[in-house]
Amino acid sequence: MLTILKNRFEQGYRTCNYPKEKPAVFPRYRGKPVIQKTVDPEMVKACADACPQDAIVVDKMKIDMGRCIFCGTCERLSKGEFVTFTGDFEISTANKADLLTDGDLPSLAQHAKQHFKKLFGRSLQLRQVSAAGCNACEADLNVLATPFFDLARFGINFVASPRHADAIVVTGPVSRNMKTALLQTYEAVPEPRVVIAVGSCTLTGGPFSHSAEVAKGLDTILPVDLFIPGCPPHPLTNLHGLLAFFKA
Amino acid sequence: MTQFTTIPCGGRVQRADIPHLSFDTFRTQALDIVKNGGKVVHFFAYEDQGTMKLMAVLRTHELLAAGCDAPETYACLTKACEPFHLFEREMAEQYGIRPEGHPWLKMVRYHKNIRSKPDVFNNDYTEDIPGNYDYYQVKGDEIHEVAVGPVHAGVIEPGHFRFNCIGERVLHLEIQLGYQHRGVESLLLTAKSKQLPMLAENIAGDTTIGHGLCMAQAVEALASVQVDEGAKIIRTIALELERLANHIGDLGALCMDVAFLAPANYFGRIRGDFLNLSLLLCGNRFGKGLVRPGGVRFTLDDKIRKTLDERIKELKPQVEHVLELIFSASTVRARFEGCGSVRAEDADHLGLVGPAGRASGLAYDARRCFATEHYPHLLIPENAKTTGDVYARARVRYDEVRQSIEIIQFLIGKSVDTQPVEDGIQALQALAPSSFAVTLNEGWRGEVSHAVLTDDAGNLLRYKVKDPSFHNWNGLAMALRDTGISDFPLNNKSFNLSYCGFDL
Ligand code: SF4
Ligand code: SF4
Repeated sequence: MLTILKNRFEQGYRTCNYPKEKPAVFPRYRGKPVIQKTVDPEMVKACADACPQDAIVVDKMKIDMGRCIFCGTCERLSKGEFVTFTGDFEISTANKADLLTDGDLPSLAQHAKQHFKKLFGRSLQLRQVSAAGCNACEADLNVLATPFFDLARFGINFVASPRHADAIVVTGPVSRNMKTALLQTYEAVPEPRVVIAVGSCTLTGGPFSHSAEVAKGLDTILPVDLFIPGCPPHPLTNLHGLLAFFKA
Repeated sequence: MTQFTTIPCGGRVQRADIPHLSFDTFRTQALDIVKNGGKVVHFFAYEDQGTMKLMAVLRTHELLAAGCDAPETYACLTKACEPFHLFEREMAEQYGIRPEGHPWLKMVRYHKNIRSKPDVFNNDYTEDIPGNYDYYQVKGDEIHEVAVGPVHAGVIEPGHFRFNCIGERVLHLEIQLGYQHRGVESLLLTAKSKQLPMLAENIAGDTTIGHGLCMAQAVEALASVQVDEGAKIIRTIALELERLANHIGDLGALCMDVAFLAPANYFGRIRGDFLNLSLLLCGNRFGKGLVRPGGVRFTLDDKIRKTLDERIKELKPQVEHVLELIFSASTVRARFEGCGSVRAEDADHLGLVGPAGRASGLAYDARRCFATEHYPHLLIPENAKTTGDVYARARVRYDEVRQSIEIIQFLIGKSVDTQPVEDGIQALQALAPSSFAVTLNEGWRGEVSHAVLTDDAGNLLRYKVKDPSFHNWNGLAMALRDTGISDFPLNNKSFNLSYCGFDL
């Protein structure tokens, strides 16, 4: 008993104060890309050539965050002259087109479907469907249940059955072998239902987009309401996405 | 007589120097080695200038390799020697080569073979998985089946579990995977140089460093690139951080499944703290983007090193106290002990690796037996247990968590001097022709291995990936035999295997 109490005392109170305060993230974290439009176009081309995800659209001087895996190659190659990755983890969008960015992102809270806020703002039950990624996206959704993030304090929970859910949260590029299970899960969620796509895989096929076994983005299969980019998205990115879309 | 030859772990071999045997000799010798205690590291097919060939890499105290021409059908090896079982099924699925007399010729990941040969399993792939396969059924009064998945109740990867039970007791568990199949091996083969490291890292995100290292070492071997000691130290730290985060997460999850919520939550949070230390190193919580052919992309400068040191110092006593809390609780022991035992003999036949193998008495640890990176300078204990139950699998993690912290603390104290590499693309563009390299690393789940062949122009000819889960899933099925079905979650967590690493 004493061990239990001692441990409890040592652990203390660990829940972060987000969204009131933004928790600090280590400096090497790569969040929202910010692009310098004044850069030499040759440099943009060089970055685009080096990008493993072909995520840089040269003529528009923008990065497609749906494809980007935030590896930082372009930032390193251009020594920050083309792009720098900031510590800003609030990068989710309500429209796929907005993922193509120069660093200027529309406010998610304003672009979110307002009727969803009314319906689900105080209680939101999520059913997760893992569909062929690398499992890191799932892992960083799972941590939202740990004391630091404590998703439940916002009335948001992951539930065991789609019948109990208001939304599905999909990860992975939707392999051929997962497509039916995904669609059945979606169908089992009562209407009106929300579809949330998490991670580069789910947004565009991500690192696996050249495979014939996977879909080129969840939005080619289902109507997606919320796009959360990253490989994987930082847990705070997930948290921001959910809070801004449903509650703000 | 020509025989299987010794090859170096993580070194380049000329393909011409690997004995090319007749199929019969190949078969006899491979069986002989494995029956006498050898283990299968790789057994795969590949196409070389229009000819199908087989390659086996076996492990005793050293690595042994040989190849042969692939017959279209052949008398299976599995019947004589179980450890070949899944490898033969995989080969049948990937290339349509039929192992006659295979006792359980069932698809592995449910996809067409790449040679457009008639399907060995008579599947029509326009139909959903599992195609025309009937799961094993136990017949009799009071027998009932429970089907779980592919979509599970938690935030977990997909897979199908079929239990045949009598009352609460599981007679047989059949596991069907393949839902996550995304064609990783073909992607690796056709990837541009700039994409290869990223793909290797995403084979299994929780084993980013394990797979990343296997890829990097293979490329380094094939391109004769040297890695400096500083980079090796950083990679070793990263691999141990990965082990720590996952083992701690697993121990927390095990507590959750026996309803000991306090340590479950503490370890849930602490696991995240260790993931953050990977982020501290390279900007990604899973270590993506750190390891590249030739070294690492991020150095350990004094500032980072200081933070790392401080954080570990702060976390270490917390981890130790929570470990004590868990392992001194009689309620935990009552649930862990004797639950889901896998006997040493079964573990050996199944070829279990990693903590699951060590829990059943198989002491093998690639960090000791085939040391790479900085491991030749480190002393890794054996960590083998005898009981093979959930308790043993948890206890291995208990030992390894403490050791990994020691290792990291020791390595932080060393000076690391390394030049960061960019994406290792140059190395990838200069692979030696007609060569072969096999790399092995002890990921947190056990032996991760990549086998890479190049053709006579120095292009990738075959890229074979093996995640430790490939060996261990049948261990979980075995653990469930005669175990209460309500203990499935606990057993499942105690193995915590990778679906995507298996499905590729
Ligand atoms: S950070 Fe994104 S855009 Fe830049 S190189 Fe990497 S994947 Fe491409
Ligand atoms: S987006 Fe990246 S992290 Fe997420 S599942 Fe895909 S590969 Fe893994």
